[in-house]
Amino acid sequence: MTIASSTQLICFTVLSAVVAIGALGVVLLPNIVYSAFLLGGVFLSVAGLYLLLNASFVAAAQVLVYVGAVNVLILFAIMLVNKKEDLAAIPGLALRRLLSGAVCAGLFALLLRVAFTTPWATPGPEPVGEEATIRIGEHLFSDYLLPFELASVLLLMAMIGAIVLARRDVMTADIATGEPADQGLIEKSRTPLLLEKSN
Amino acid sequence: MNLELPTTVPLQAYLALAAILFCTGVWGLINSRNAVRVLMSIELMLNAVNINLMAFSSYLDGQLIRGQVFTIFVITVAAAEAAVGLAILLSLYRNRETVDMERFNLLRW
Repeated sequence: MTIASSTQLICFTVLSAVVAIGALGVVLLPNIVYSAFLLGGVFLSVAGLYLLLNASFVAAAQVLVYVGAVNVLILFAIMLVNKKEDLAAIPGLALRRLLSGAVCAGLFALLLRVAFTTPWATPGPEPVGEEATIRIGEHLFSDYLLPFELASVLLLMAMIGAIVLARRDVMTADIATGEPADQGLIEKSRTPLLLEKSN
Repeated sequence: MNLELPTTVPLQAYLALAAILFCTGVWGLINSRNAVRVLMSIELMLNAVNINLMAFSSYLDGQLIRGQVFTIFVITVAAAEAAVGLAILLSLYRNRETVDMERFNLLRW
């Protein structure tokens, strides 16, 4: 233990309260911008939990990747698609929410039962503590070398795929009229390809 | 069964927290109408799994910490998934002009 145990207990209580309440806020708040910022708070609290578990490298990776990349990406997506729209009412929505809530509560009860009835072999081996980063480096370049290299290929594929999916088709000339096409950045109002015929 | 307050954080506390986070994520995944919120719920579920992996790695596998290595891979895959998911969402929004999950029914009938 690098932190005194009572301090650790208090930190865990505060961080887990932030995680649980923040997750509920992400799911339940009507304004999605608040949800996105709360999601950043949840990610930061999870990084704090990793610090409590003596995993400084993974905590740093969590802050860099989740707060710095994924959350910013989500905020950008919200800015791009945040059109006020009136959602059509669905019959039986309250019943559906209630039923799925019951299913989730059942899953929660099952998970809690597994967690509290399994005889975990604690305390296990002495944790490496501050040497964790060195161990992770050794793992990544010895027995986890192939997944490590595959992860780089996966990231490259995701990058190219995201660019291909999200870019607009830029044409130098209009196909129908032959005039030079407008290359402005603002989306023009045009007929969407797959709009529903019903409305 | 002893009921006094534990002096250190038990493994079960981390598992219970991860269960809360995962079930919240599942509920949000099922009930969200906004497609961006669905992606956020998926991130919540991935974080719950990561908390489990890190807790097991610290409490049961303290010398080899394979759970931490696995968590790093999960974070990598989650980043790739978020990028591709949001790109799909943008292109879907451009074509249907909505983010309502109930109206993404191209493959339904």
